[in-house]
Amino acid sequence: MTALIAPSPRDASKASYSHDIPAERPWSQVLKRGQTLRIIDSEGQQAVDALLYDLADPTERYSAQDTLRTQGSAYVELGTRLVSNKGRVMARITADSCGRHDTSAGCCSCESNAVRFGEATKYQHACRENFILELSKYGMTKRDIVANLNFFMNVPIDPDGKFTVVDGISAPENYVDITMDIDVIFVISNCPQVNNPCNGFNPTPIRVMIWDQDRF
Amino acid sequence: MTSLETKREIAEANRRRYEELRAAGQEATAKVLPAATALEAALIAPDAVISREEVAADWYAIVRLRRGEALRIVDPSGLSSVSMIGWRDEDASERINCADTVKVQWSVALSKGRVILSDMGRVLFSLIEDTSGSHDIMVGGSTPASTLVAYGATSRNTQENFIAGAAKIGLGVRDIPPCVTFFAPVSLDANGRFIWNQSRKRPGDFVDLRAEMNAVLVLSNCAHPLDPARPSAARPVVLVRHRVPPAAADDPCRTGSPEAMRAFEFTDRLYA
Repeated sequence: MTALIAPSPRDASKASYSHDIPAERPWSQVLKRGQTLRIIDSEGQQAVDALLYDLADPTERYSAQDTLRTQGSAYVELGTRLVSNKGRVMARITADSCGRHDTSAGCCSCESNAVRFGEATKYQHACRENFILELSKYGMTKRDIVANLNFFMNVPIDPDGKFTVVDGISAPENYVDITMDIDVIFVISNCPQVNNPCNGFNPTPIRVMIWDQDRF
Repeated sequence: MTSLETKREIAEANRRRYEELRAAGQEATAKVLPAATALEAALIAPDAVISREEVAADWYAIVRLRRGEALRIVDPSGLSSVSMIGWRDEDASERINCADTVKVQWSVALSKGRVILSDMGRVLFSLIEDTSGSHDIMVGGSTPASTLVAYGATSRNTQENFIAGAAKIGLGVRDIPPCVTFFAPVSLDANGRFIWNQSRKRPGDFVDLRAEMNAVLVLSNCAHPLDPARPSAARPVVLVRHRVPPAAADDPCRTGSPEAMRAFEFTDRLYA
């Protein structure tokens, strides 16, 4: 399938926030309605796991199945509306220089790594560890971790159902812009996975930038 | 400090292992998966039945299963779909995980011989019988908004059934994970668009879910959001809780792949 690519009108010098997230680390920030978060795959081929919660009532949160059902198709791309478990649009993809993102593969965990790659991999850092620690800052627990977004992660699903994490297509400095429809807690795990190709077998840093509404 | 040379060697070894697992998961496993159950096969012996329940159209049921029991879900009309979520009975923070289920089995196609995993790397259910192999794990159930669009008015729906069912076992919205929907023949076209394959539904279709851990489930008998029938096609479905032998060493669900063998091993440890 062809990737939808659309450059962002936003000028880096107008951003109100810029931060490098080291390889394998989590990050979170409250984002207000109208603000735009840019995630930059600084070195390329780096998966970025993400979750969104309504700031006013975090029991309302990003829902992968509601997002895919509303959209009628299986991949996150330019124009995709990120829908909550209560059917509201939380945010939307407003620019994208990569063109391929996933929301069906979930996040890596120590426990699923042990099943997939053998018990020795149980004691490797994983996205769910990042999510648990980051969510604990907001009073949330493992119960609150739902099926997440995977920016820059390439997971083609064949018509016969084959589901494969393959080499990422994101080049260094590829980015995706996400503009908020409501105030959210935006949580990221810069994926530490080294057992499949989602990070090119080499996790690397990413950058996040934030623009206020109408400040391009 | 790991040298660059060593890091490269580790990365290359990890890529080789990934490619070997992919070949095993997508090529070898596909060859050993058992054929679909015939509609008239796999009769349940009367003395194995624990309980039987008919679930009205658009309603839900709560079912507790012990390890070693199975739930047969029957769609007598061939028109219904049944959405399901579930938790480990002793610790509801452990729950069905659709993403791990598809990732670990390298496929979104659930059928006889496949397993449904919890988020803790363990097997929640084995699909020990399945007449259709036509189920949905990607799109999820109906919602107030989807029924409004489909039928012109908000009607009973899976999202609200799950909230009500979860509430009756002490759980809340935070505990509701993505669901599996049985008898919902959803596939993808080459562009990733979802397709509904009505011809894969037949009257009398059923699945048997063998519980590999003590579990509690909520099942919602609402039309799938992609089902084109207007008005809703939902008809009553039948749930039969019955006793089955435990997963033997050569059980096809257990031995289907190296991943399944590990998931069963981790599950067995819970009850060792």
